[in-house]
Amino acid sequence: MAIELEHYLILGALLFSIGLYMALAKRNFVGVLMGIEMMFNAVNLTFIAFSRFPRFADMTDAERLSGHVFVIFVITVAAAEAAVALALAMLVYRNRETIDVDRMDLLKW
Amino acid sequence: MIQDLFADYIAVLIAAILGILLVGGALMGNYILAPRQASRAKSLTYECGMLPIGRSRTQVHFRYYLFAILFLIFDIEAVFLFPWAVVFLDIGKAAFYEMLFFMLILGFGLLYAWKKGVLSWR
Amino acid sequence: MSYEEVIFYFVAAVTVLGALGVVLTRNVVHSALFLILALLAVAGVFILLSAEFLAIVQILIYGGAVTILILFVMMLTRVRDMPQALDGPQRPFAALAAGAFLVLSVLAALSSDWPGETREITVVPFREMGEALFRDWAVPFEVASLVLLVALIGAIVLARGEEGE
Repeated sequence: MAIELEHYLILGALLFSIGLYMALAKRNFVGVLMGIEMMFNAVNLTFIAFSRFPRFADMTDAERLSGHVFVIFVITVAAAEAAVALALAMLVYRNRETIDVDRMDLLKW
Repeated sequence: MIQDLFADYIAVLIAAILGILLVGGALMGNYILAPRQASRAKSLTYECGMLPIGRSRTQVHFRYYLFAILFLIFDIEAVFLFPWAVVFLDIGKAAFYEMLFFMLILGFGLLYAWKKGVLSWR
Repeated sequence: MSYEEVIFYFVAAVTVLGALGVVLTRNVVHSALFLILALLAVAGVFILLSAEFLAIVQILIYGGAVTILILFVMMLTRVRDMPQALDGPQRPFAALAAGAFLVLSVLAALSSDWPGETREITVVPFREMGEALFRDWAVPFEVASLVLLVALIGAIVLARGEEGE
């Protein structure tokens, strides 16, 4: 049995679930961010898998390349997000002496 | 062709396996051969022979983080430059001005960082 | 098993084990190192999917820059002083959500009728990639520079706080 689209989709789903668990369960801000980065990667993997195994046999190369270009933009935005999120983590740490997300509850009542 | 792809990357694979074997072998050899006697004095931080005071972790200044951000942003610019350098002769003027505009916008960011004194090390 | 299968299962196992390592290790710095492993393995999967350029981008940006940023922030925020319980009380709900997502998406992937390998697929030509990026995707490309500019300025403003002039 050759490696088909399903294999890559399941790998992406595994990676996404692990990242999702991490983003939801971790108390450390940086841990949450690592989970989010993992989810980005899972989605990128799925994009490229769909581009590698096109749905229609008559898809042109330009159409297939959309998946690749999209992944580049996802990576760009993810990196920008990481830079701002980590700066926020440092700011919170400086004001509250913690990066425990369970203790960042000033907006709760 | 998928087979050609593997032929291209077989060197990468071999280098990766050799690297893992080399480092893993060195660590394993150390683990097997070296005698180990743990004592409290050995695990203390070495501080010129004096007894260490406080914890070994020191706060790094946030200035390092600003440099890391600059590195990240211009790393991404480099990622866009690679495909541009391959095709800009084919596309012509449009691609040139696109990239010029892109770099100008990022240049403002660098200018801002410069103006705010991020680049100077005090 | 063909070469392709062996390499795929190896790289996939490294990816998943690295990701599990990120979640399960107690030490946050080790978890960041596992993250590097997982992301590099994803780059390997990209190569298997014949997306060489994206594999290089992945190594350059994730393997290099983003993980460096994460490690820097760990050094800056004394993560060792965190309480030992790294997972919060919301852990069962997180496990439920992640498990439900996993089961649903795997079922969806298996039950759908995907097209097989309908034709011989070559490596995506680098040149065509650049042409698509600079011809069809020129406006998003310029917008990306604005996103990066905003991120750069925002991160500088936030990270400096009141300590600047």
